[in-house]
Amino acid sequence: MNPANYVLLSAVLFSIGAIGVLVRRNAIIVFMSVELMLNAANLAFVAFARMNGNLNGQVVAFFVMVVAAAEVVVGLAIIVTIFRTRRSASIDEPNLLKY
Amino acid sequence: MNGGAVGIGEAIVFWVSGTLAVIGALGMVISKKAVHSALFIALTMINLAILYVANAAPFLGMVQIIVYTGAVMMLFLFVLMVVGVDSSDSLIETIKGQRVAAFLFGVGFSILLIAGIGNGLMETSSTGLDAANAAQGGNVEGLAALMFGPYLIAFEVTAALLITAAMGAMILTHRERWMPKRTQRELSQERFASGAHPGQLPAPGVYARHNAVDTPALLPDGSASDISIPEPLRVRDDIRDVDPAEIDEVRQLSVDSSGKDDGR
Repeated sequence: MNPANYVLLSAVLFSIGAIGVLVRRNAIIVFMSVELMLNAANLAFVAFARMNGNLNGQVVAFFVMVVAAAEVVVGLAIIVTIFRTRRSASIDEPNLLKY
Repeated sequence: MNGGAVGIGEAIVFWVSGTLAVIGALGMVISKKAVHSALFIALTMINLAILYVANAAPFLGMVQIIVYTGAVMMLFLFVLMVVGVDSSDSLIETIKGQRVAAFLFGVGFSILLIAGIGNGLMETSSTGLDAANAAQGGNVEGLAALMFGPYLIAFEVTAALLITAAMGAMILTHRERWMPKRTQRELSQERFASGAHPGQLPAPGVYARHNAVDTPALLPDGSASDISIPEPLRVRDDIRDVDPAEIDEVRQLSVDSSGKDDGR
């Protein structure tokens, strides 16, 4: 087996995450799909670090995790705020900027 | 630790954990309830952590378990609890054919990626991290040397980012109190002023032989009290009738027993 298989797995996971973002209407599940895409990118970074014999990829994956944690905190706070005013977690509901 | 080549053991780990990760990801997208999605993606995260460890990144594997399955997924479950578990998806498509188009896009995208990567990478050889790890004495030491060396500024900025995120979350979820907090005394006065029944409602079923919830409590005059029946049963008119003969019997019993008590 070739370590490139890890990159292929990450491509599959990234695509599933992208489908999730486009198909699902629940804001929280959309958010989980974004997390899945970030994780897939991390897996690719780790695999590339190993293939190139260079630890930089792992450091970048670590930074991605930090940014993902911050993003989850702010994103979920926004979802809770929207839910409070609109009583819904659907991403079709907030359409005040539409017209 | 790990050379460039993949041994048979790692291949087995890859196929098992990789399959589970893909199953978790698909389950996350497919399952209707948000809680099931959260559990499925937790499965994916744990398997990704195993893959990191297998892939010469033990530190990142541990961070993955602590940060993602430990903190992020718990935060997701917590927000699901706040938002309501049964806030399921609306199945109405706002844009016609969006679901099919998104699915086709995803499949095409993955085919493009896999074909491109398969062509580009399958012939390459892998160096492995042995040399890079050995230079600093280990994987964690190597990462630390990079993080506190060339990436020091970025590392410091992440501290600012985390603090800003925490502040943002607090500001976004903070609710200003517009009116003064009502005391217990005011609440109590309000309750009595409204004229409604101020205390607890009578409990259902005060019979000796029927204590089912659909049996009304008896008032002192022997009539049944409707408000002792729980609201849902009352709405459905699901109230057990009280047999007057039975009431007399019970009264007789209580008289008898009190008479005995007096005699003692």
